[in-house]
Amino acid sequence: MATIDIVREVLVENQDLDPEAITEDAVIEDLGIDSLDMVELVCDIEDKCEIDFGEPGDLKTIGDIVAHIDSLK
Amino acid sequence: MSNTDQGAPVALVTGSGRGIGLACAQALAASGHDVCLNCSSESSFERTTQAAEQIANDYGVRTLVVVANVADADAAKALVDETVAELGSIDVLVNNAGITRDGLIARMGEDDFDAVIDVNLKGTFNCCKAAAKYMMKQRSGAIVNMSSIVGIAGNAGQANYAASKAGVIGLTKSLAKELARRSIRVNAVAPGFIATDMTDALNDQQKEAITSQIGLGRLGEAADVADLVAFLASPAASYITGQVISIDGGLSL
Repeated sequence: MATIDIVREVLVENQDLDPEAITEDAVIEDLGIDSLDMVELVCDIEDKCEIDFGEPGDLKTIGDIVAHIDSLK
Repeated sequence: MSNTDQGAPVALVTGSGRGIGLACAQALAASGHDVCLNCSSESSFERTTQAAEQIANDYGVRTLVVVANVADADAAKALVDETVAELGSIDVLVNNAGITRDGLIARMGEDDFDAVIDVNLKGTFNCCKAAAKYMMKQRSGAIVNMSSIVGIAGNAGQANYAASKAGVIGLTKSLAKELARRSIRVNAVAPGFIATDMTDALNDQQKEAITSQIGLGRLGEAADVADLVAFLASPAASYITGQVISIDGGLSL
């Protein structure tokens, strides 16, 4: 499964977001994802992708998250 | 507290082989929780298992016993994971595991300070962290942390213990703020002098000196603390979070 699809799947499950709104260009804040939502997303991504997400710097868009995950694979 | 799936809500009580922890496990079972009991060493496993079987028989709930030293982050995580794997969820976490290594500061070894902080404060952190992951997902949960009256007032000869219990209060309030948006409540209880194996070791003169300071004129019972913990874990306390409730018979008045 492509990384964007994993991120989308987790966000839809956790936040009940519209899957079509979750694109690489989408701004995290604009999707209504807050710090606690991010923690939940990171925990799920770590489990699903078997990575240590770490503490990356500025993640502004969904694409930034996808790129960071891909850099760890 | 309601389980998000089905069946009884599930509680994990750390340090529940005896004393206040065991009383908490009993009180939570009495209010319908399946309970995971925890002890820190194989040497207390048998006793804790017998207590768990008694609870299961008395209250008709499922029980589980897991040996884990909560000071170890991996062990604490495994404890929470096993609770969820075996009992289905974690709806209530009672962080009760604690130790004392008393002494005046001039004679208190660094290892005595570290050991108490590691179990009492870091152990609470470790279990909260592991449980929060599940509770965030289920959008509900209640955490009750065992502080102490000495965490509020201090106590000569207990610099390490008092610091750890004061730390628990800061941890409790911070987590209450962090997790409130997920409907997870975090509170602390601060017992005064409670009749346990520890106070049994005091002589009559010492006990009398202590009792004379307590408004209600008696030591507390483990069940007194357990009833408060069960209340804070229950839906009856659904609007209470970030609080430290003293239970000391009026000692601090």
